[in-house]
Amino acid sequence: MTALEPGTLVEHGERRRWSLMIGAVVVGFFVLVALLGPFVMPHDPTAFVSDNAFSPAGPAAWLGADYLGRDLLSRLVDGTRITIAMALAATLLAHLLGGTLGLLAAIRNGIVDACLSRLADVLLSLPKIIVGLVAVAALGSSVTVLIAVAGMVYASGVFRVARALGSDIVVMDFVRAARARGERLPWMVFGEVLPNVLLPLATDFALRLSFAILFMSSLSFLGLGVQPPKADWGGLVRENLSGLSGGALAPIFPALAIAAVTISLNLIVDALGERRYQDTRA
Amino acid sequence: MFAFLLRRLALAGAVLWVVSLLVFVGCEILPGDVAEVALGQYATPESVQALRVQLGLNRPAPERYLGWLAGILHDDWGRSLTTKTPISELLSERVRNTATLAGATTLIAVPLALGLGLLMALWSGGLFDRIASIIVLALSATPEFLIGTVAVLFFAVKLHWLPAVANVDPTFGFTQLARALLLPVATLTLVVTAQIARMTRATVTNLLDLPFIEMATLKGVPRWRVVFVHALVNVAGPLANVVALNVAYLVSGVVVVETIFAYPGMARLMVDAVEARDLPVVQACALLFCGAYVLLILAADLVAFFFNPRIRSSVG
Repeated sequence: MTALEPGTLVEHGERRRWSLMIGAVVVGFFVLVALLGPFVMPHDPTAFVSDNAFSPAGPAAWLGADYLGRDLLSRLVDGTRITIAMALAATLLAHLLGGTLGLLAAIRNGIVDACLSRLADVLLSLPKIIVGLVAVAALGSSVTVLIAVAGMVYASGVFRVARALGSDIVVMDFVRAARARGERLPWMVFGEVLPNVLLPLATDFALRLSFAILFMSSLSFLGLGVQPPKADWGGLVRENLSGLSGGALAPIFPALAIAAVTISLNLIVDALGERRYQDTRA
Repeated sequence: MFAFLLRRLALAGAVLWVVSLLVFVGCEILPGDVAEVALGQYATPESVQALRVQLGLNRPAPERYLGWLAGILHDDWGRSLTTKTPISELLSERVRNTATLAGATTLIAVPLALGLGLLMALWSGGLFDRIASIIVLALSATPEFLIGTVAVLFFAVKLHWLPAVANVDPTFGFTQLARALLLPVATLTLVVTAQIARMTRATVTNLLDLPFIEMATLKGVPRWRVVFVHALVNVAGPLANVVALNVAYLVSGVVVVETIFAYPGMARLMVDAVEARDLPVVQACALLFCGAYVLLILAADLVAFFFNPRIRSSVG
């Protein structure tokens, strides 16, 4: 109804453009920081710059010192690299796995589709953080385990999206023509269907990336993710949490970084208008 | 209709069974076994073998799985590896604490979120909607530990209004409990409210584009009546679904929030057990959390089903 009121359509478009721009600038900034990492770090992230824990911001340490007297800003930059690299790897894995299988299920339907769909149903009905906890309990905590678990956990969601998108495409004439030509399965998946679902899948990638960042930071925050002396953003919140009672802002900065990136990714997803509202980060 | 109900219940049962299998196998695949993990670096081949026999690990895995399942049905979850106490003793108080936290959050967040979402839909495109949309988007993508730590910084450290930790105890009176719970509940409420309000607005505004709403508007029905009467009746099912999905999200939310506030709940117990690699406790907690989650999702589907005559008749 609101779309019928004069001016709203234009205004809506304007707002989308702003969302997209703000989101892209913030995400771009953090990606740049991650790429330039060692060149923009004022200090070695493991070197001590102050004798006092949580010493306030000053010319030596722009954001102050952490709980051991190390430069918080350098640790944040290092944490940006770890956080973004791990989340990207996990999301790529989720998309490779879930996306390929989802399109495969859409093309092959029948028994392959039925089995994969039931498997995805079961995985989707598990709380992800609990799956993560059990995996860490069984396999111990390492970067590889974290990426593998996050990738598997989110693959089920990607599977569902890819399968839904794919099923809309496989009934079209050009796919049926390809099938009649006797094209092989890999070509059907990557040559016929994939190019037509690329944009919605890319949007899903951004959303999934924000989920992966929240998931891995949560595990690190619980002390079950990246292990010291390395720390991703969630780990930085955890190790500096003790400063909170003294009023130190050290745990707030990494938490703000997480929020900035996840909110920006959501702004981008919203602006592209491809969010399936049932998607929760749980 | 009954066929649908039966199918849905069977699916939930099957998922619960697969969950129990996954939890069991998940803890089986670790390098070595529980006995080696429990003894750590002090293990000698003899002590590992002795503990294996004591824990019954020398029996084949399928037998142990069935024994574990049968025990759970009689509220016998086995013993913790670190404290040696029966797990059911460890669980009882923790389960109550987590249920209190999640229950209080649900009671506050759900009415708040539905009201907020409906008002946003009522005034969609207006100033209130635009400001609320931005806040709600930001909050629903914010990690709990940012909201939690900022809340502690302001209300506990700077203002000294509330305790920073919620180390509750069964001896606590109601006011003491309420004070301790206020910050954790507020943290969870903010996240859950944001997500439900966001989905409520989306659900209702989608519906407002339908012809029967346009008809009502053209007939001269006031906007508030269109939203709260004409639209609301039709979105009750999807909204109940949204609410249940987000209450299920609390299962994940409590894990982080209990850690920030050192709250003695199930999640804290599980995280500590993961750290100590106390696998029987991890198994018990994982099963309970997944069980609660599966039941809530089931509830969501059933409610959506009862509110939607189309589903009721089409699949019946």
